[in-house]
Amino acid sequence: MDLFQPPDVHRGHLGSFPEVEKGSVSAATAHAAGLADPAAPLAGPAIISTGLSKRFRGGQLAVDAVDLDVPRGAVYGFLGPNGSGKTTTIRMLLGLVHPTSGSHELLGTPMPAGASRVLPRVGSLVEGPAFYPFLSGQQNLARIDAADRTADPRTARQRIDGALDRVGLLAAAKKRYRAYSLGMKQRLAIAAGLLRPRELIILDEPTNGLDPQGTREVRALVREIATEGTTVFVSSHLLAEVEQICSHVGVMRTGRLVFQGTLDELRRTGAARIQVETPDPATASAVLEKIGLADTQVAGDEVSAQLGDFLPERLCAELVHAGVPVRGLATVRPSLEDLFVRLTGEGFDVDG
Amino acid sequence: MSTAELEAAPAAAGAGPPPAALSWLRLLRSELRLVFRRRRNLALLAVVAVIPVIIGIALRLAAPPRNGGNGGGPPFLDQVAGNGVFLTILSLTILLTLVLPLVVAVVSGDTIAGEAGYGTLRYLLTVPAGRTRLLGVKYVSVVAFGLCASAVIAAVSLICGVLLFPVGPVTLLSGTTISLADGLLRVLFVTLYVAGAMAALGAIGVAISTFTEHAIGAIAALAIIVVASEVGDNVPQFGAVHPYLPTHWWTMFDSILRAPVDTTTLLHGLLSFGVYILIFGSIAWARFTSGDITS
Repeated sequence: MDLFQPPDVHRGHLGSFPEVEKGSVSAATAHAAGLADPAAPLAGPAIISTGLSKRFRGGQLAVDAVDLDVPRGAVYGFLGPNGSGKTTTIRMLLGLVHPTSGSHELLGTPMPAGASRVLPRVGSLVEGPAFYPFLSGQQNLARIDAADRTADPRTARQRIDGALDRVGLLAAAKKRYRAYSLGMKQRLAIAAGLLRPRELIILDEPTNGLDPQGTREVRALVREIATEGTTVFVSSHLLAEVEQICSHVGVMRTGRLVFQGTLDELRRTGAARIQVETPDPATASAVLEKIGLADTQVAGDEVSAQLGDFLPERLCAELVHAGVPVRGLATVRPSLEDLFVRLTGEGFDVDG
Repeated sequence: MSTAELEAAPAAAGAGPPPAALSWLRLLRSELRLVFRRRRNLALLAVVAVIPVIIGIALRLAAPPRNGGNGGGPPFLDQVAGNGVFLTILSLTILLTLVLPLVVAVVSGDTIAGEAGYGTLRYLLTVPAGRTRLLGVKYVSVVAFGLCASAVIAAVSLICGVLLFPVGPVTLLSGTTISLADGLLRVLFVTLYVAGAMAALGAIGVAISTFTEHAIGAIAALAIIVVASEVGDNVPQFGAVHPYLPTHWWTMFDSILRAPVDTTTLLHGLLSFGVYILIFGSIAWARFTSGDITS
């Protein structure tokens, strides 16, 4: 697979994946799959972490041995319910919070030792926008730019206006941040990440609190950034958002990374079930069990079981052979939503 | 195709990052702008500017010139009527008891905690501004503000003193009379000494500021330290610790107003400021460079 493909094209490659059903969902298997990829990206991963963990002073283990592997050029959706450790992980990635154990690299540079070298190439939005309310949008960006050791002051004005223009805030450049709407604040934070060309952009919940219009705008912006070749790492608690813009996903649950891989790999982790509609459910379920299908369930005149790698057409023949009157036969794969709920547990906000 | 290639090209073509000293100055300029353009801070400067005017007018209206008497009020009170230059010393002495330290407390307590409170700290650090560099720039701006506030007090007092009282050769506390120019030079040294005291206080404020994300907490803590130290300094039973109190040497600038200058006391005071800056600067650095930014 080509990791530099824009996400939309990437999704079209469903058929090209080898038909391997993953038994268990784990970061390790997904990682192994990534390494085995024959068309591995030329450069190393944009983000890689090994055993990244954070235990806060209260004793709470916020992040538990997270092994991230974000390929360059990917739009990586970092999913998980609120409080699952996404923001703490992002803070560790950016060197704001020191990990209790584990290590990580950004763009091939070890962090936090190489922070001063690598962070200028990384744009970020962490836990919502934050600026000085008494300064204008333009002044706020000038402040951020002044803090950048590697930025050229001679081009500051031009870059600031360029970034404001990109997020559609040029008209409000001289307005005080205090007077910005939530969507404008969010876009200003993204503009801060675009003050200079970046190789990696880390966005923590960029659409949080936005109305549908604002959400669409941010989503379009993220797509645009990604098509320029910038790796995008975007966290969200909304499945719909990730599904629309991401090529890769990592799913967090209570501090652990419970899945990592492409969206398609995630889809295929859902074990397909066979559903048989019949007036003789007892015999049908006996046949399914005899064949060796797991988790046989009977509900009214419907019998279902996990299909595994058994072919549905063979199953149909077996049923008919056993004299089961088959009214309907269907292979059902769980939706992404079902998969997320399964991965992250109850209470996951899938609808937003 | 590769993003690395795309990025490498402009970096190689450009002149490279600006020199470290220039980038440091750029951040300092940004910080000074933030401090000196902020309405709250300008209001604080206005307050310290108004108080000497009030003192001057009150003295002019209330006290007809008295010769050499000691009314038992604050030191230098009696000298003002005889020579307007002393209004600077009187104002600095009065403002040093609470108002000036409070002003410095507001600005220094706000340094890190204020950024943390706004959430801008995480953005500055991911730029990356560099923790040591940011702390250094913040402290320099606090020192600059303390110096500015002290200078405003001295300048406004001097103008008022000239307008409201007779001005001439300055009679020092030791009885010697020196020329007006010499007197003004000594006033300048007093102002710098006070700014030094405020720099020491600012170091404590910055250190406290690294421990919280509530600026008001840091400001209040520093104000309490000032008051507690001043109270302690006035309790004779605590005599053994007096020289170590942060406020003890603040008003010792009267050594400058003697001939010869009491350098022993003066150097003790400056040493005290230096030690406080060193200790609390180290605390601030250790805390800020190792702590987690969760604001």
